[in-house]
Amino acid sequence: MENRKVVVVPCSGIGKSLGTVGRVATYKVVERMRPEKTRTVCLALLTMGDNDALKLVRENPCIAVDGCPAQCSRKNIEASMGKLVHGIIVTEVLRKNRSLKPEGIIELNDQGDKLAEIIAKDLSKKADEILRKEK
Amino acid sequence: MTLATGKVGVICCSGEDLPEGTISRVATRLVLEKLRPEETVTLCLPLFLAGGEDERAFARVFPTIAVDGCSKKCAEAGTRRFSGKPVATIVVSEVMKKYPKLKAKSREKLNSEEMGLAMRVAEEIAEKVDEVLCKTNK
Repeated sequence: MENRKVVVVPCSGIGKSLGTVGRVATYKVVERMRPEKTRTVCLALLTMGDNDALKLVRENPCIAVDGCPAQCSRKNIEASMGKLVHGIIVTEVLRKNRSLKPEGIIELNDQGDKLAEIIAKDLSKKADEILRKEK
Repeated sequence: MTLATGKVGVICCSGEDLPEGTISRVATRLVLEKLRPEETVTLCLPLFLAGGEDERAFARVFPTIAVDGCSKKCAEAGTRRFSGKPVATIVVSEVMKKYPKLKAKSREKLNSEEMGLAMRVAEEIAEKVDEVLCKTNK
């Protein structure tokens, strides 16, 4: 149990800024907020059935971070028989934060970054909770 | 069969776990937004699995170029498996060998050097787009 990490898996959403919001939120968690408790994995690698990626999502709790209701991350984790314990959809978080107008795919604007920060804090708390329950 | 649409699909791996994945993603967007906005379209790679028949028909409708971060070539393999064979593949780690001074270290926000690398990759994609359209228009 000691070495278990929560695997935060953002979608690869490249057509809309909300995909970038989910991706940036993930990096805030795995690189800055909870680097010792979380990590990420390439979603495409999982989609392609890479053995190491499959093992990772089957043996560790996973959080899907999806930009839109197509929920590519959630569906690909499920199709990989991964241990999905939580999922967020950026569009739903945006609905609760209507004053924010995220823009930009190559680089997010400040409001997009703020939305990513809100999601990242929520993901960090969720990761703590998941690991606490697993003890 | 590929339909003559006058557009090329650019599918990148977006590799979330590697800086090269972010380069593949940014380079693809640079092509779509700045270098060849009229000639290119894209689709999220995992949508081939999560989506329906419309998404899976993508590479039958558009000739596609795969843009991969590393030698595992998920974009090439995924496009081929779920939609159709790409007409070309560009691998970021291979392009980087031509520019040994340019390093990819960031996964989140690219610095100016990494943006320079993304632009080099984008230029290679744009060249391929021109080649593909030249051939399909003949």
